Amino acid sequence: MSTVFERELEDLKGKVLKLGSMVEKAISDSIKSLVERNSKLAADVIDKDPQVNAIDVEIDEECIRLIALRQPCAGDLRLITTAMKITTDLERIGDLSVDICERALELNEEPPLKPYIDIPRMAEIAQGMVRNALDAFVKRDSALARDVLTRDDMVDNLNLQVFNELLFFMIQDPRTVSRAVKITYISKYIERIADHATNVAEMVVYLVEGKMIRHMAVPGAN
Amino acid sequence: MSEKGLKELKSEVKNLNFYYGDVHALKNISLPIERRKVTALIGPSGCGKTTFLRCVNRMHDLYSHNRYEGEIILYPEGINIISSSIDPIEIRMQISMVFQKPNPFPKSIYENVAYGLRVRGIKKSQILAEKVEKSLRGAALWDEVKDRLNNSAFDLSGGQQQRLCIARALATNPRILLFDEPTSALDPTATSKIEELIIQLKDEVTIIIVTHNMQQAARVSDYTAFMYLGEIVEHDKTDKIFTAPSNKLTEEYITGRFG
Repeated sequence: MSTVFERELEDLKGKVLKLGSMVEKAISDSIKSLVERNSKLAADVIDKDPQVNAIDVEIDEECIRLIALRQPCAGDLRLITTAMKITTDLERIGDLSVDICERALELNEEPPLKPYIDIPRMAEIAQGMVRNALDAFVKRDSALARDVLTRDDMVDNLNLQVFNELLFFMIQDPRTVSRAVKITYISKYIERIADHATNVAEMVVYLVEGKMIRHMAVPGAN
Repeated sequence: MSEKGLKELKSEVKNLNFYYGDVHALKNISLPIERRKVTALIGPSGCGKTTFLRCVNRMHDLYSHNRYEGEIILYPEGINIISSSIDPIEIRMQISMVFQKPNPFPKSIYENVAYGLRVRGIKKSQILAEKVEKSLRGAALWDEVKDRLNNSAFDLSGGQQQRLCIARALATNPRILLFDEPTSALDPTATSKIEELIIQLKDEVTIIIVTHNMQQAARVSDYTAFMYLGEIVEHDKTDKIFTAPSNKLTEEYITGRFG
């Protein structure tokens, strides 16, 4: 039989997961709206962002309440502080998905520059990082969290590749500059999403092992 | 000797075993006590915290069937506190205890503090008065009692009585102060005063405190030892114990999942 506090912690985890699944969907929908030139889907993602913000605030308030009333320590304390921190990252991922949708809406008004190839690949990796970081959070699996950290470089490299390719377009034909810059932004947004997923994974390592590994070199990553 | 230098250690407990007759109450306790730091002992009732504390000033000597084994070394001399060749009275002069309930003597405020000094043979009234004032100031009580030193100690509130007991303990310049749940009979305001005092006192004296209040251990101590069934399960820096303990049993105890 679990105590009231244990049930509260389970509820908290549930809320973090709910937020996580909302932003994961926001990422995939934002990329879909871009690739399929679906402006309605982009507008949907933008409309749903206030729900993401509301859960972010709700989780923060719940964490503050638990700290004040339960005076948690050890694993409980690490769970609550981790929830507070990763919620901020998840909410930012939601914002970045909205940014992608805003650029998609603009791009959808103009003729396509070229088929999107690397952007969906980047997004898929970044979204996988978010999903696995959250899986690691739920299962308290620090090995999985560390695996997420190794994938950030792939996204960084793709971002650079996208930029170089678009630079070539812009040099060739200045009429592409407006569209190419917007796509560069999108690539950067995805790269930021992967950075936030990395933060989440680092906090999961803290949750499980009690070790802060932020701003340290990651084995297996460059 | 542990890996810590002599200068940092006030005391070191090595393979301490204690028996109440046939009952083996403390089992192979080993624990460094760092100089001018607060070490907190936590653990469920009956785990041996108080038994351990009482070993440190030889209080168990009062009953003949009690038996110590092992060593509690007091530095810098390196003497073994629990050796039968060491006079327990002398140990208690140097290692004072403050108990759960305030227990002033049925005497005046002044005489409570002067008592230990008189036992030590100090007779000159000027020296006594100076030491009494210093001890009362050390226990953060002087300003509240300086105009009524000859009143009975029982006129004081519970929190003041406990600070008087601390002043009484300080009067003989102890090297280690032992606190056995010193605030469990006090209200939050008095508790907070005693906790502040403990933190101030560690500039002068090494402190070991037994407490049932996890938050108190977290607030006042530098090191925490978790005891269970007469053994030390884990001993580490307090912030480590309360954020990321190494032992599962410690985790379960401090998060309220057992004990």
